[in-house]
Amino acid sequence: MNRRALLFAVLLVIAAAVPALGSTYDTRFATQIAIYGMAALSVDLLLGYGGLITFGQAALFGVGAYAAGMLTAAGITDALIVWPAAVLIAMAFALVIGALALRTSGFQFIMVTLAFAQMVYYGGQSLRSYGGDNGFTVARNTLAGAAVLGNHVVFYYVVLALLVAVTVLAGRVVNSEFGLVLRGGRDNERRLAAIGFPPYRYKLVAFTIAGGIAGLAGALMANHASFVSPALMSWQMSGELLAMVILGSAGTLIGPVFGAAIYLVFAQMLSDYTEHWMLFFGPLLVLRVLLVKDGLWGSLVRLANAGEAPAPPLDWGPEAAE
Amino acid sequence: MTAPLLECVDLQKAFGALQVTDHVSLAVAPGEVHALIGPNGAGKTTLVGQFAGEISPDSGTIRFSGRDITALSTDRRARLGLARTFQISSVFGSFSAAGNAALAVQATEPHSFRFWRRADRIERLRRPAYRLLRELGLAERSESPAGGLSHGEHRQLELAMALATKPTMLLLDEPMAGLGSDETPAMLALLERLKRKLTILLIEHDMDVVFQLADRISVLVAGRLLVTGTPDEIRAHPEVRAAYLGEDEAD
Amino acid sequence: MSFPLFLEQLFNGIQLGMMLFLMAVGVTLVFGVMRIINLAHGSMFMLGGYFLVAGLAVTGSTLPGLVLALALSVAVAVVLEIVVLRPLYARGALDQVLATFGLTLFFNELVVVIWGREPLSLDIPDFLDGRVELLPGLSYPVYRLAITGVAIAAGALLYLLINRTRIGALIRAGSEKREIVAALGVNIGLLYTLVFALGAALAALAGMMTGPLLSIESGNGDPILILTLVVIVIGGLGSVRGALVGGLLVGIFDTFSRVLLPQLLGLSTGSGLTSMAVYILMAAILVYSRTGLFAANRG
Repeated sequence: MNRRALLFAVLLVIAAAVPALGSTYDTRFATQIAIYGMAALSVDLLLGYGGLITFGQAALFGVGAYAAGMLTAAGITDALIVWPAAVLIAMAFALVIGALALRTSGFQFIMVTLAFAQMVYYGGQSLRSYGGDNGFTVARNTLAGAAVLGNHVVFYYVVLALLVAVTVLAGRVVNSEFGLVLRGGRDNERRLAAIGFPPYRYKLVAFTIAGGIAGLAGALMANHASFVSPALMSWQMSGELLAMVILGSAGTLIGPVFGAAIYLVFAQMLSDYTEHWMLFFGPLLVLRVLLVKDGLWGSLVRLANAGEAPAPPLDWGPEAAE
Repeated sequence: MTAPLLECVDLQKAFGALQVTDHVSLAVAPGEVHALIGPNGAGKTTLVGQFAGEISPDSGTIRFSGRDITALSTDRRARLGLARTFQISSVFGSFSAAGNAALAVQATEPHSFRFWRRADRIERLRRPAYRLLRELGLAERSESPAGGLSHGEHRQLELAMALATKPTMLLLDEPMAGLGSDETPAMLALLERLKRKLTILLIEHDMDVVFQLADRISVLVAGRLLVTGTPDEIRAHPEVRAAYLGEDEAD
Repeated sequence: MSFPLFLEQLFNGIQLGMMLFLMAVGVTLVFGVMRIINLAHGSMFMLGGYFLVAGLAVTGSTLPGLVLALALSVAVAVVLEIVVLRPLYARGALDQVLATFGLTLFFNELVVVIWGREPLSLDIPDFLDGRVELLPGLSYPVYRLAITGVAIAAGALLYLLINRTRIGALIRAGSEKREIVAALGVNIGLLYTLVFALGAALAALAGMMTGPLLSIESGNGDPILILTLVVIVIGGLGSVRGALVGGLLVGIFDTFSRVLLPQLLGLSTGSGLTSMAVYILMAAILVYSRTGLFAANRG
């Protein structure tokens, strides 16, 4: 088992032990980290592996939350129906937004994703029957008929299991043939087209998949907070997700979850200290961007691997050279 | 001449006030090595860019195997069999050399919408990639990150990727550029081996290479096609000597 | 819709459009010359309003207050450029976006610390108060005419600066061929600071002028920033002409959709959807041209 997998296993054990070792508050906090981590992971899929800087992922996060909330409010309360539905609806939104936004690239892409996310935000605000700007409360979903999700420990383990599942699945995707095309486009889109891949199509599929993941996180958030509001879709939220990816290390899938933990813990600590914690958080983010090169997860992995020969980017093995 | 494999008819391209491609009509016969020469700024790379589909002409037609490809995207043209290498080496930096070649092999499949299997364990992608790297002399460097290869190795890798897509024609933009005196013969030998197997259009400044490889040469000056002919015809052509080869004669 | 009402909304649209132009021109110039996207541009708009409140309080009268506020805004901009932006020029888009995002968070909290959470109000100066009768049946606020006029004048001055002065030539050259400008021995650093300060001053001016019309509160620059980015997407990144045309398009479209859509769709759904209308315009223009209407042709 390589060092990275070992680190991951250690993290998993720690995460699983939280309800036993910590208070209700700690478990709820860990749940929040896991949910934001999933949303940040979806950003990393696009950013770290696709080279797409999206400032609009909060829109898909919010769409998932609204979908879950609206379905639950309408009487459909089983998570086994609501959550997949939220994923599909978020994917539909991602498909439309992506189809338009991916026509652009670079700075333009950032601006367009930001703009479309803002549009979805205004859309959420316009939903008068769902509280408009104030949002609305949501009951917890049931799991196959049983109201077990109301228990914060059960809910935490469900969220954790889903996070692990998403991480593993995303890991398969980025190493699959599709993933290689995506990463090739991140490295050199011109080259990718020159060998015969249409970049747009692959980016759009990645955008849609990432949207689905963000949508799942949103549905979980609706349950966690028992509340849905347009604030989930604000551009500040999109920026925070990007920051989480960077803090944790882009292009690692696990890093963003780490980054979410760092971000939320820091925010919590600072806000305990002062009401005006953003006054310090903003400059800290600026300093972090200007001064630090790598994210925390990347640094940890490198530390753990110190002394070992670096693994080649793609492990082809000597037996291939017949 | 039999029907050309690649041709352009009355191609025009302007960037602002500058006419970079000026009524160019050029035909490349199947199986030939066709060199494109001309002074710097003559518009050679822009012309190749239009052939490859990266730059769209203002007017004119481009045909490949008789088919009008003027409106086709770069990736579609690659799938039709038109491969290219770049003047400044263009590889996938975070992949190994083998990974680069394998991705090019992967491009020949109808699509890559497969999300589960690890791509670096797929035999039908690995085997051709390794074979190509061996043929091009990159076997030792197959696992090295492509970003760390030497300039000459980049050139070889570019060629490997172009060949991996099983093209019928190669567009080579200065394949010799930046190669040291020890690396040039190897590349030249490679290109010689490719002659007859593939049709090649190449931009090159190294006149020795051009006269050794080319069946026909086209001379581009200030966006216009001055003349097309055999190496002997070009060598003897007075205007070409004046505009271009004349500089070489001086030293 | 009656003709006077139509004209009134048209003027409102032009006024909004000119404000957006002032904002957009700053972003597009900074991008054209320094290749950087500054998300903290909205903060300059916000600070402009706050500085004007402070300036009026300190000096007691309009013009000195305005001058003081502009000076403060430029000072903040210069400090920002030197401390935060300079290291970012060499970095990629992600770093730029995140760092300037962090700045926005900072400024949004800073104004709360200094001025509190309550929105501040600015009064229209007495000599600009009241309405004027442009046509029988159409009386229009003097103030809105005045600020539209100021924006047009600023645009004209900007045109002269860019096209008729040496500095303007440097700006144009700097956006096309940075290496050449540096090779000419021009102090690139100074040029960058100047361009940034100019853009920030225009944003602050827009914030000051719209102060009496909108409320001055933390975060009020954020929706303006996003609307500005829409203008730039529509008009084309790097194009001043695009900033003008895009600004007017967005301003007029947004104004009319706010008036017409509630009538067309019924009052309840109108309000949120009217905000969305501009983004649909942006989407349509993107389909038509992926680089916007006047994108600077970069080969």
